[in-house]
Amino acid sequence: MYNFEYQKPAALADAIAALGQDDAKALAGGMTLIPVLKQRLNQPSVVVDLSKLGLSGITVTGDTVTIGAMTTHATVARSAEIQRAIPALAALAGGIGDNQVRARGTIGGSLANNDPSACYPSAALALGATITTNKRSIPADQYFTGMFSTALDEGEVITAVSFPIPAKAAYVKFKQPASRYAMVGVFVAKGPAGVRVAVTGSGQSGVFRFTAAEQALAANWSADALAGATVAADDMMSDIHGSAVYRAHLVGVVTKRAVLAAG
Amino acid sequence: MNAPFEGIGASVRRTEDLRFISGKGNYTDDINRPNQLYAVFKRSDRPHATIVSVDTAAALAMPGVVAVYTAADLAAIGGLPCGWGINNKDGSPMNEPKHPVLAEGKVRHVGDPIAMVIAESKSQAKDAAEALVIELEDLPAAATVRDALAAGAAQIHDNAPGNVCYDWHIGDKDATDAAFAKAHKVVTLDLLNNRLVPNAMEPRVAIGDFDRTTGLHTLFTTSQNPHVIRLLMGAFVLGIPEHKLRVVAPDVGGGFGSKIYHYAEEAGCTWAAAKLNRPVKWTAERTESFMSDAHGRDHDSTASMALDEKGNFLGLRVSTLANLGAYLSTFGPAVPTYLYATLLAGTYKTPAIYAEVKAVFTNTVPVDAYRGAGRPEATFLLERLVDTICHDTGFDPVAIRRQNFIPRDAFPYQTPVALEYDSGDYFATMDTAMKQSDYAGFPARKAAAAAKGKLRGIGISTYLEACGIAPSAVAGALGARAGLYEVANVRVHPTGSVTVFTGTHSHGQGHETTLAQLVVEQLGVPHAQVEIVHGDTDRIPFGMGTYGSRSLAVGGSAMVKAMDKIITKGKKIAAHLLEASVEDIEFAGGKFSVAGTDRAKTFGEIALTAYVPHNYPITEIEPGLDETAFYDPANFTFPGGCHVCEVEIDPETGVTSVIQFVAVDDVGRVINPMIVEGQVQGGVAQGIGQALLENALYDSQAQLVSGSFMDYTMPRADNLVNISVGTENTLCTHNPLGVKGCGEVGAIGSPPAVINAVVNALSAYGVRHMNMPASPEKVWNIIHGGQRAAAE
Repeated sequence: MYNFEYQKPAALADAIAALGQDDAKALAGGMTLIPVLKQRLNQPSVVVDLSKLGLSGITVTGDTVTIGAMTTHATVARSAEIQRAIPALAALAGGIGDNQVRARGTIGGSLANNDPSACYPSAALALGATITTNKRSIPADQYFTGMFSTALDEGEVITAVSFPIPAKAAYVKFKQPASRYAMVGVFVAKGPAGVRVAVTGSGQSGVFRFTAAEQALAANWSADALAGATVAADDMMSDIHGSAVYRAHLVGVVTKRAVLAAG
Repeated sequence: MNAPFEGIGASVRRTEDLRFISGKGNYTDDINRPNQLYAVFKRSDRPHATIVSVDTAAALAMPGVVAVYTAADLAAIGGLPCGWGINNKDGSPMNEPKHPVLAEGKVRHVGDPIAMVIAESKSQAKDAAEALVIELEDLPAAATVRDALAAGAAQIHDNAPGNVCYDWHIGDKDATDAAFAKAHKVVTLDLLNNRLVPNAMEPRVAIGDFDRTTGLHTLFTTSQNPHVIRLLMGAFVLGIPEHKLRVVAPDVGGGFGSKIYHYAEEAGCTWAAAKLNRPVKWTAERTESFMSDAHGRDHDSTASMALDEKGNFLGLRVSTLANLGAYLSTFGPAVPTYLYATLLAGTYKTPAIYAEVKAVFTNTVPVDAYRGAGRPEATFLLERLVDTICHDTGFDPVAIRRQNFIPRDAFPYQTPVALEYDSGDYFATMDTAMKQSDYAGFPARKAAAAAKGKLRGIGISTYLEACGIAPSAVAGALGARAGLYEVANVRVHPTGSVTVFTGTHSHGQGHETTLAQLVVEQLGVPHAQVEIVHGDTDRIPFGMGTYGSRSLAVGGSAMVKAMDKIITKGKKIAAHLLEASVEDIEFAGGKFSVAGTDRAKTFGEIALTAYVPHNYPITEIEPGLDETAFYDPANFTFPGGCHVCEVEIDPETGVTSVIQFVAVDDVGRVINPMIVEGQVQGGVAQGIGQALLENALYDSQAQLVSGSFMDYTMPRADNLVNISVGTENTLCTHNPLGVKGCGEVGAIGSPPAVINAVVNALSAYGVRHMNMPASPEKVWNIIHGGQRAAAE
C-alpha cells in the first residue's frame, strides 16, 4: 500500500468537495479498494471515507424498497422488511462473498464499482431500480455502461438505491469455483416494469438484460418457455474457469433455475 | 480415582491446540528482533530472459534504504544445494545446474529473485524495489515438459542440453518386454498428473540475525527441518560451521512438503544480517508464495499393462516426463524416481515392471515433494490404469484388483522395483471399505440419482506407499546425500517429569500430543508431565525433520530407544536402592520392583535419586537420567489401503459433487486414533482438491495464470463431505512401535478414487479417462459431446 491521506467527512457536501481533489478515491465498504491498495495497483492521493455521511438505512413503502448506499450486505440480508418485500434481494445480499465481506461491503460500493462478476448489478437491472446520487436519479437501464463503468460522473456519489417491489423474483448464482464470484448470476423478476432478466458474471460488457428470455417469459412465465432462449457466445467472457460457449450454456441453465426458484 | 488412559491408543486431545486456537502460537512472523530491517525480493515477471542490467542507484537513494544486493554481491557464496543425485541410464550423473540465491545472468521463471532490497520498513523496501531499473531481454520460454523437450526449444541452463536433467530407469526391461510379448491383451493409457501449489496457511518467513561479539548467526525460519537447513545453508551456501549457526523453526503453520527445502530467502537474510550487522526479516506475501514455494506433481506419463486372458497382470511399462521447474529444489530429483517409480508395483504382484523417467527443466517454479511426493503420482497412474483395463476389457474393478493383490502370506514381498514390503493385508482394507461404503448398494443409489436427473458414479482405489523415510544405507544407495535417521534426547528431571528433544518437527501434526503418549506408555509418566521440544538446533542434538510420514516411525522409534536406555539405567539405580540384583528388577506401570515381591520404587523416586545421588552406585554409573538415541530404520514402512468415492454429477452444469468418501487404511499401530482420523481427513481433502479443483496452470508463455486464490481453487468445506475413516492395521515388522505413518495416505489414495468415480458416472458417454482436475466445463464437454478429446 502506498501512503495516502485519509479523510472522513461528516457531511455529503464535504465529501463531494474532498472527492474533487486530484486522484481522490471514495471508500465505501472497501472490499475492492482495500485489496487493490494493498497490491499497490492504485495510488490515490486521498481516500474519502463515506461511512459518516448517514447514508445507511432501509425504508420500505407500499411499492418500493429504498436502501441507503452505505448499507452493508449483511444488513440487507438480515432485514425482515426486505425479506418480506423482495426476498430474492435479501437472499442475493446474503450470498455475496463471506461473512467478513458482507459485514463491510455496501450496496452503493458494489454498484459504483460495477464489477462484471458482482451480484448487485443484476438485481438493480432486473428490478428496474433507480440509483439516486447527490445530483440526480438514474434509471438502472441507463446506469450500467460496461465493465467497471457506470453513468456516474467524476465526484458523483450514490446516496440510495430504490427497488420497485416485484410480484416474483429470484437470483441464482453459478459461482466461479476459486473466487466464488458469480460466473453466471441471473436475476429474474416479474414486476411493475414487466418481466426482466439480468445476467451478471458472464457478459463482456458487464451486466446485461437477457431479452430473449424476457420475451419468452412475458408470454409464458415458466422454465419450459425458455427452451429456445439463448445468448450469443460471442458476447460472453472467457477464462480458465469457463469458455464463452460454456458460459452461454450456463446462462440458459441458470435462468431456468431462477424461474423455478421464483415460482 | 483412576487417571484417564493417555498411552498408546488413546484419543488424547491435542495439547498444542489451546495456543493455536487462542492466537498464542509463536510463528516466525510473530518474532521481531531489536533494530530489525526488512527485506523485499524483487522478482522476475518474465519466465525466461537475459538480465542485461540492474541499476540500483535510484533505489539506494530512497528513504530508509540500507542496501540493495544482486547476484554480483553474492559472488562469494554458494548456490542452493540439491540433496539427491540421480544417475542416468548409462550411469553418468544427472545434469546439476547451479541454483543461485539471486538470479545470475538470466531469470528462469516468473518469481525468480533478481535483487534483495533492505530498508528500515517493509514499505520503504517495497518502494525501493519499484525504483530498481532492470533491463531484461526476453528469451523463448517453455512451461511444459513437451515444450521444453521440443526441437529448437530454448536452453534454460547451459549445462543441461535439451533441458534434460536426467534420463533414468528402473526395473527389468527384458523381463518386461518378454511379458508384453506373451500378453493376451495390452492396455495403454496416457495421463497427466496436474501441478499443484502447496498453499500452507502460513506463508514462508525468514529472519537472519547476527551477534558479532560471538560470531553466532541465527536464522528463524518456517521450516519442517531446521537441522537440515543448518547443514545445507551452513555447509554449502554460506560456509558457517554448525557451532556458529543456530536455526530455529518455531510454530509452523502447515508445510505439506513445501517447507522442507532450503530456500534463497533464508540464505539471503542470514547473509545480509551478518553483512549489515542488523537483523533482517522477510515475510512472503501470498502472491510471492504462489511463485516461490516449490510446487508439486506435474507428470506426463504413458503406462501400459500386459495381461493374460484371465486378467492377471503380467507386466507394467511406464514412461514418465517429470517437470522439475527451472532449478533443482532440495529433494526435487528424488520425487519422480525413488519416491515414484519404486512404488509402481502398488498392491499388485505384477511380476515384471520397467519404468523410464526423464526429468526436464522448464521455465516454471521448481517442483519438489508435496504431501505424498511421488506416491500419489504412482497411485494415480496405476489405479487409473486398472480401471481403464476394466473399461477396455470388461473385467470387474473389484475382482481384478483382488485377483492381482499380493497375497496375505507373501510378506515380506520383494517387488520388481527395489522395495521389500514387510507387511500388509490389502484384502482386509478393501473388504472393510466395501462394507463401509455399502458398495453393494450402489446400483440402487445410482438409479435414485438418475430419477432426479443426476449421474452417480463410484470409484475405488487401492494403494501402497513407502514412508518412514528412510534407512540410511538404502537412501545412500539411492542417491540421498544424507542419512535419514532420527534423534531423540529424553531428559528425565529430578522430580520425574520428562522433556523430550526430538529431531522431528511438528507443523500441525500434533506431535506434542502423540509423542508424549509414547512417554506415558513406556515410562508411566502422566501426559501432563511430558514436554515435547522441537524446532531449535541449539536445543535438540540433531535431527532430519518431518516429511514422508517419518516422525512417529523414525522419530518415535528413536524415543523408544532412548527410553530403553533410561529404563536400563533406572533398573541399576533401583537395584542399588532395593538391595537386589539388577536382573531381578522389573519396570512396569511407572514402578521399578523386585520380581516376585512388593518391594518397589516409583519412577519419580529413581529420578530424584539420580540427581541427588547420596545413596547411589556412584562407582558403577554416573548421576543424572538423560539419554539420547539415534535410530536408523531397517526399511521403509508400507501403509496401504482402499479408498471408495461416490460422486454425483449435474449433467446440465458439469458440476461434480462428492457424495461419500470412505478411506480404510493400514497405518500400523495407532497411537492416537483422533489424530489419525484428522490426518487422513486432511490428506483426503487435499486429494479431492487435486482431483476436482486445484490446478497450477501456466499459459504457453510460461506465465502462471492461476497465481492467486481468485483463480487457484482450494478445497473448501462445502466441496467436501464428512470423510469416513477406518483402519485395518497390520504392524510394521521392523520398528519397535509397529507404526507405519498416516500423514500422506489420504492424499495418496484419494485422487484416483475420485476420478474413477467421475469416469464411472460418465460411463454412458463412452469416456475412458479424464485428467485432473475434473472441472465443471471439462465434464460438461464430455456430456455434451464434440469436445471429448479436450479432456483426454
